[in-house]
Amino acid sequence: MNEIVLETRHLVRRFGAFLATNDVSLKVERGARHALIGPNGAGKTTLINLLTGVLPPSEGQVFLEGEDITSMASFRRVKRGLTRTFQINQLFNEFTPLETVALAIAEREGVGHNLWRSIAGYGKVVDEAADLLARFGLASVMGERTVILPYGKQRLLEIALAFASKPRVLLLDEPAAGVPEDERHEVLQIVSDLPADVTVLLIEHDMDLVFSFANRISVLVAGAVFVEGTVAEISNDPRVKAVYLGENA
Amino acid sequence: MSVLPQETTVSANSSTAAAEARAAKLMKRRSRIRFYEIIVWIAAIAAYFLLPSKMLILTEIAILALFAVSLDLVLGFAGIVSLGHTAFFGLGAYVAGLMAQHYFAEPVTGLIVAGVASGVLGLLTSFLILRGSDLTRLMTTLGIGLMMAEVANQMAWLTGGADGLSGFSPGPILGMFEFDLFGKVGYLYCVGVLFIGTMIMRRIAFSPFGLSLKAIKGNSMRSAMVAVPGRKRIVTAYTIAAVFAGMAGALLTQTTAFVSPDVLAFHRSADVLLVLVIGGTGYLYGGIFGAILFTLVKDWLSVITPQYWMFYIGLLLVILVLIGRDRLSRWVEYLPERLSKKEDR
Repeated sequence: MNEIVLETRHLVRRFGAFLATNDVSLKVERGARHALIGPNGAGKTTLINLLTGVLPPSEGQVFLEGEDITSMASFRRVKRGLTRTFQINQLFNEFTPLETVALAIAEREGVGHNLWRSIAGYGKVVDEAADLLARFGLASVMGERTVILPYGKQRLLEIALAFASKPRVLLLDEPAAGVPEDERHEVLQIVSDLPADVTVLLIEHDMDLVFSFANRISVLVAGAVFVEGTVAEISNDPRVKAVYLGENA
Repeated sequence: MSVLPQETTVSANSSTAAAEARAAKLMKRRSRIRFYEIIVWIAAIAAYFLLPSKMLILTEIAILALFAVSLDLVLGFAGIVSLGHTAFFGLGAYVAGLMAQHYFAEPVTGLIVAGVASGVLGLLTSFLILRGSDLTRLMTTLGIGLMMAEVANQMAWLTGGADGLSGFSPGPILGMFEFDLFGKVGYLYCVGVLFIGTMIMRRIAFSPFGLSLKAIKGNSMRSAMVAVPGRKRIVTAYTIAAVFAGMAGALLTQTTAFVSPDVLAFHRSADVLLVLVIGGTGYLYGGIFGAILFTLVKDWLSVITPQYWMFYIGLLLVILVLIGRDRLSRWVEYLPERLSKKEDR
């Protein structure tokens, strides 16, 4: 359990004079369920953007399985097993869910550059896409345009799409955000059913979910790691209660 | 379909099998030949027999259609806007002319050489459109188009400058079919090239590559997050589009036995964009439908109002964009095909 799969060293990101990420050094162990919590504007999503290459850091480094990926393009990080979901759905509106996940599977299998064969000819890709959608309860809508799906279904697709890349490290940015109460359990079930060898870094505001899911928690305040520890340590830390839990109450 | 663990293995397996079967069916249906496609090609052949006196305008339509279909591959699929697509059309036209004049008059050879030349230019200039917004891309492509026009104008020793290239005659196609005075052979030749070109681009459209292009257009950030190498795909698509645009230019040269500096004029880039707006983007046949409509309307307007036809083209454009904002890429959904789609749901 001690192998570090994802690590940042003195990561800094500035937007003008604003310090969104302030000297963050984070270590995530293989198979960890690591939660990242903190008040709004603490820089959680910025950190995820730095980890996945959506934003370049102003200073510092990012390591994936010991390799420096600081200046690596996003798509290469995904190929190396690091992927994410987005807080606000980032889907292909005109695609069907089937096309959406088939695309990710085709890219993962290295056939995405083929421009001569119809996707229908890749039986394994299509079968896997169907299985994945069935697992997420999306089989009945696989042929609809994504944009017309109910929000809960889109949210499931958002997560299914990250799964389609078979990540070894998965960053979940508030997976249950905006999901109606009656569809929430589906999303939470999916998240807690993740294979044990997949490392998960989770951003979440729902404290019940964080405390039941995570085995390690980092609290981010004003761009910096305020405190880090086990669930027991964090939930009993009076300072955390003051800056974070207190604010929510 | 539930994700809850109490679901029995048997029902999970059968629902998975059902999902796989449905997915296979949906994927096959995606790329099947549509009703309107068959109509297009039958109409193209029928026109040869029914409208023998209209060969020239029909040839013009076929050439413009190939040009527009090639632009759709970058605009409608990869979402790359261009105001300089005629750089490739024009280069192809000149290369085909120079081939016929100096080297080898057989048209298919000239066509391929022109396509390769334009493809090389496409590959080289594709790196300029990778960065930036739509506006920077419009300006970059416009700039390349203008530069090409000026180069052709200045290199008069090669291109004939403002006079253009003439005094050559394309040989028989594949050494067998001589171009005739009525343009019948020329028409069939252009329709043949349009057909092959469209079929090739159609295959590309339904491939994983084609899907990844649409993903880049739909959401480039997310496409990177499912491991799509965006820049590489755009470079490839832009190069392929340049090849077919160059071939369209070559067809114009070969069927008219003349290259005018007009092949690189800005209005051609604008026209071809207009054609796609009229026909719809993202399904290739929009280039063909648009070329038919654009050419016929232009022809009709220039007869009834020779001096002001541009006004009506402009008016048509404004109306189309106003009423069809979201529908521009979806005209196809209003075709009868749509009716048969319901039963599968």
